[in-house]
Amino acid sequence: MNTTPTAAFSARLRHAEHVMGTVVSFDVPLSARHDGSLEAAIGWLHWVDAVFSPYRPDSDVSLLAAGEVTADECAPEVAEVLAACAHLRSLAQGYFTAFPGGRLDPSGYVKGWATERAASLLSGSGSASHLVNAGGDIQCAGPRAGGEPWRVGIADPFRRGGLALVVAARDCAVATSGSAERGAHILDPHTGRPASGLASLTVVGPSLTLADAYATAAFAMGPARARDWTTSLESYEAFAITSDGETWQTTGFTRYASP
Amino acid sequence: MRRVILAVTATVAGLVALLSFKTHSSDPERTVAAPTTQPALLPGERAITGNVANTIYGPVQVQVLVKSHKIVKVSILEQPQATNMDLQIGQYAFPRLISETLTTQSARIDAVSGATYTSGGYINSLQSALDNGA
Repeated sequence: MNTTPTAAFSARLRHAEHVMGTVVSFDVPLSARHDGSLEAAIGWLHWVDAVFSPYRPDSDVSLLAAGEVTADECAPEVAEVLAACAHLRSLAQGYFTAFPGGRLDPSGYVKGWATERAASLLSGSGSASHLVNAGGDIQCAGPRAGGEPWRVGIADPFRRGGLALVVAARDCAVATSGSAERGAHILDPHTGRPASGLASLTVVGPSLTLADAYATAAFAMGPARARDWTTSLESYEAFAITSDGETWQTTGFTRYASP
Repeated sequence: MRRVILAVTATVAGLVALLSFKTHSSDPERTVAAPTTQPALLPGERAITGNVANTIYGPVQVQVLVKSHKIVKVSILEQPQATNMDLQIGQYAFPRLISETLTTQSARIDAVSGATYTSGGYINSLQSALDNGA
């Protein structure tokens, strides 16, 4: 959709792409347009959507869910994603699933995974500074131009348009799960009912694939279990806002907190 | 410029949030906002008028005065005033929100992480303001 050169002298480009049921925002060096890596990253996201969307009746995932094809007949990435989901399910004590509501829908894994890989495509073409934001789940590379860390605002779930805090990020991912924009949409796989107790949970760490999955699982766990579990995660830190408006964070999160 | 757009978006979003706290009659007779006189501009100031945001409570429009890339004043050009509650919000809550806009505008933000928005929700999001701000 819209592509805005931010300023001629800064040689950077912002682009927002409607894909995967959300909008993916890119902040990239202008070179990413000239060398084709931005186009490749966008193309990759649309390919993922065509293969993995549970809302497209002709996607591999929809056909697989309907029993019309086997996993072997799907794109090889489908088996890769399903294996990763199974691994995360056991890692997250059953609070992460590729079968929310009982039907195959690996979207909770696919968005973070596809976005991290889109960011990798930009790195692979030589970009040392870019940020990809898929509907609020962010993978960034390097510091922003100028050497300062990227400043990522964490949306305040109780104040539309407001921020709860700002994370200073470089070479890392920021994923937030919550119920603010779409209503209660994360189910507790153990009960099949919407998860309760948390308004928003943010995970920061190296990989968006994992940060996004961890945030989803921790949100489903509810406040007490989520706190214990996220504390146990290596290289990943969490910040949570409870339904009562209270906040907590894992001890290592302070190194990301920005004034 | 990006900060300015961000601040305007945040202000409008905040106004809509405030309005949504009240119960509202189903078919409010909206009184037209009093005509606003254009503020006299001091040297170096520029007035930027936001688009009218049509909320379910009525139209909201803000204007900001910018000096040296900084917002120095926020004015509400149009706001719902059909009920007493509307007027109370206008009297007490909007000024607080405006002062918040003026104090938080210095926070430079590159991206917003939050609960996933849909394509539709993106339009009114801060991320959208960031993507469009030059």
